[in-house]
Amino acid sequence: MGAAVLPILFFTSLWAAVGIGGSIITPHGPQRKLIQCILMLTAGCCWLFWLCCYMAQMNPLIGPRLSRRAIQIIADSWDMPIKEG
Amino acid sequence: MGSLFRSEEMALCQLFLQSEAAYACVSELGELGLVQFRDLNPDVNAFQRKFVNEVRRCDEMERKLRYLEKEIKKDGIPMLDTGESPEAPQPREMIDLEATFEKLENELREVNQNAEALKRNFLELTELKHILRKTQVFFDEQEGGLNHTTESMTRALITDEVRTAGASMGPVQLGFMEKSIEREDYLPCFVAGVISREKLPAFERMLWRACRGNVFLRQAMIESPLEDPTNGDQVYKSVFIIFFQGDQLKTRVKKICEGFRATLYPCPEAPADRREMAMGVMTRIEDLNTVLGQTQDHRHRVLVAAAKNLKNWFVKVRKIKAIYHTLNLFNLDVTQKCLIAECWVPLLDIETIQLALRRGTERSGSSVPPILNRMQTFENPPTYNRTNKFTKAFQALIDAYGVASYREMNPAPYTIITFPFLFAVMFGDLGHGAIMALFGLWMIRKEKGLAAQKTDNEIWNIFFGGRYIIFLMGVFSMYTGLIYNDIFSKSLNIFGSHWHLSYNKSTVWNNKYLQLSPATSDYEGTPYPFGMDPIWQVASSNKIVFQNAYKMKISIIFGVLHMIFGVIMSWHNHTYFRNRLSLLYEFIPQLLFLVVLFFYLVLLMFIKWNRYAATNEFPMTEACAPSILITFIDMVLFKKSKPPGLHCNTYMFAGQSFFQTVFVLIALACIPVMLLGKPIKIMQARKLANVQPITGASDAEVGGMSNGGGSHGGGGEHHDEEEMSEIFIHQGIHTIEYVLGSVSHTASYLRLWALSLAHAQLAEVLWSMVLSLGLNKEGWLGGIFLTVVFAFWAVLTVGILVLMEGLSAFLHTLRLHWVEFQSKFYMGHGYAFQPFSFDTIIENGGAVTETE
Repeated sequence: MGAAVLPILFFTSLWAAVGIGGSIITPHGPQRKLIQCILMLTAGCCWLFWLCCYMAQMNPLIGPRLSRRAIQIIADSWDMPIKEG
Repeated sequence: MGSLFRSEEMALCQLFLQSEAAYACVSELGELGLVQFRDLNPDVNAFQRKFVNEVRRCDEMERKLRYLEKEIKKDGIPMLDTGESPEAPQPREMIDLEATFEKLENELREVNQNAEALKRNFLELTELKHILRKTQVFFDEQEGGLNHTTESMTRALITDEVRTAGASMGPVQLGFMEKSIEREDYLPCFVAGVISREKLPAFERMLWRACRGNVFLRQAMIESPLEDPTNGDQVYKSVFIIFFQGDQLKTRVKKICEGFRATLYPCPEAPADRREMAMGVMTRIEDLNTVLGQTQDHRHRVLVAAAKNLKNWFVKVRKIKAIYHTLNLFNLDVTQKCLIAECWVPLLDIETIQLALRRGTERSGSSVPPILNRMQTFENPPTYNRTNKFTKAFQALIDAYGVASYREMNPAPYTIITFPFLFAVMFGDLGHGAIMALFGLWMIRKEKGLAAQKTDNEIWNIFFGGRYIIFLMGVFSMYTGLIYNDIFSKSLNIFGSHWHLSYNKSTVWNNKYLQLSPATSDYEGTPYPFGMDPIWQVASSNKIVFQNAYKMKISIIFGVLHMIFGVIMSWHNHTYFRNRLSLLYEFIPQLLFLVVLFFYLVLLMFIKWNRYAATNEFPMTEACAPSILITFIDMVLFKKSKPPGLHCNTYMFAGQSFFQTVFVLIALACIPVMLLGKPIKIMQARKLANVQPITGASDAEVGGMSNGGGSHGGGGEHHDEEEMSEIFIHQGIHTIEYVLGSVSHTASYLRLWALSLAHAQLAEVLWSMVLSLGLNKEGWLGGIFLTVVFAFWAVLTVGILVLMEGLSAFLHTLRLHWVEFQSKFYMGHGYAFQPFSFDTIIENGGAVTETE
């Protein structure tokens, strides 16, 4: 299980805030139900989309295959120095 | 309620209006725009209706206004458009309006006539002026020769022509030469005139042939174009002069001139006369010019005055016409004292309508109030969805497929989000999404200004109408672009990649490609917190393998959820229309079928993501991860699939084989229920009804079901029952459609993956083939080169990736909604509510005329 608690908690609560919290504080009016529907659908879609991407990478079955050039550039620019030897 | 989820409740009402108050009341209702009148005299010819005269008069007024408009446009005078809509004038004001328009039209016609006559006169004089000037040249050339014998003159002309062959004077008919020298005594004559330039060659040839070469023609071009007085075109003309002998030739020449519409002018032979004539012509032209100027000024003044009010008048006339047109739909009472109308009104607005009617009565000064009376009807009411500027475009997408049946669940409110979202799954790119969102935002911000300048540019109108859709599509594309970690095919490394390099220098130097291993410390153990890890973007050799697996899965996940959502919507329809049979024998097996097969497929995906990892103990490693597709196919075929590797398990969890068998059996069991459940129940109900007369309620229930729940609460109109065989056939078709549809629709959602892949690849190709060329060059020349390459790349990005790819993704999304989603619950058998509203009538211009 390769899940980290923090991001899951954060993004879940973020979209929960939009979907549930947003629907609660929607002002009363003729379009209230529509706005609630929009908010909940947005939150649901976006959360699930994020979750799928997260879970697809959680337990990777393959690793990225990098070319020599890509490795050198990554080592340089992402601060992952290649060991001597 | 007044929400978008279902169409408004409508009522059929009868309206009694006093004859004298009818006009004012209808006018008020037109301003309101909430009432749809029904034609009560459908078999009466349009020419035999009561107010046909008034409609005619309005037509006539409109024609006059259009004439005025045309003249104003011709002069390029700006028309004042305040955008306000004046109230419909009282019927008695119509006479004033008519008189005003009549006067204006007559005045304008008179001015135009005068101007035309003057212009014709002017043209003639100008042509004469040119003739005198040009022929002067011809005559001058024989100066020095004998001035009374035209023979020498002709000869001089000819020799001159021979000498200066090819000069600007043009060709000469030389065939005459020998004869003219032979003959001694002839009476030379000539005619001079003007002909349009393109007719000249034909004219020349004709003269030559008809007169057998016995005429002599010279011509000269008039450099400046002349204005044709009838249509104001600019025409190029030429002056010609023809010399000939004898009366016979003279008549022939004149006839030819006539035939070619050449205008002939008298041209005196003596130079003094000509000079005098030229002087006279000049003074007359000058006089004419002043008169013409004054006429034009007058015309301009008239038009400017008219332009100020023209739009206003148009609105007024169109309103009057619309009112009379509506009054024509009414029935006259026997007593001739009141008019009877039938109309559909939204139930919620009856109060407002009554208020408007009262206002109308007060305005007309009538004492008897109008009566609005609700009627009972078995007819299907029109579908009315109250939209605002935001929801309008989404509703239009739904209505383009078919207008919802009355009170059916309206997919539009859900489409507001699902449409841009599914679009964004295909279009996911932060950069492209941002371009689209900014374009949408710009249109929304400038909404009022852009809406005011109406254009006929259809493409622009479509874009502008869909501005909120475009904006939302852009915003969602930005979100999915962030998740895909794609911005113009490059990635952002916000949180720091969770993959690490642990190579030695020698390893790197000795291998062209190196693959990081998820089982070692290369992988941090937890994924990149938001979206795709940026390392995949640079892993050019197996990025697609990884992303395909991911994108295919999300396509199916979202597709199946979308379809289940659609089936659940049908539950709302069945409960609303109290269609218990459909609920039991359609909704439940449908949902069950979808859940046990396809939702199970979705669950398998999550299980696979969760349980298989490279770091796990042996049977749960990456080598043993089974293919979900194969598992699913074998499940349906009741086959035990081969384990993915040596000593691996075939199944992902304990008891999977048992569950799968049960699920497939349930799904198979659903099919006969869908196929036969409803028809058999209906058959039983009918048998019972034949045995003992049953109460109206249950009968109506059956009737309502057999026509698909179209009418709410006892649909009496379709009381004639369908044949039993037909019901069976319909149900069979529905079932086959649904069962096969679930399979094909699930596969159809794979277009989400396909288009998203294509979009990402196109963006990447564009980057590596175009922009990176520019980025690789160095020095100041490289800078210039980069500028050019960037411009090219930007044009292609906007033109192909945003516009064309956007269009294709839009169409695929539309299809996913219309076919895959709406087929689960949407009937779309309704007809739209078309209220009588001045706003729409004036917007559509002469739309009323077309409906007549």
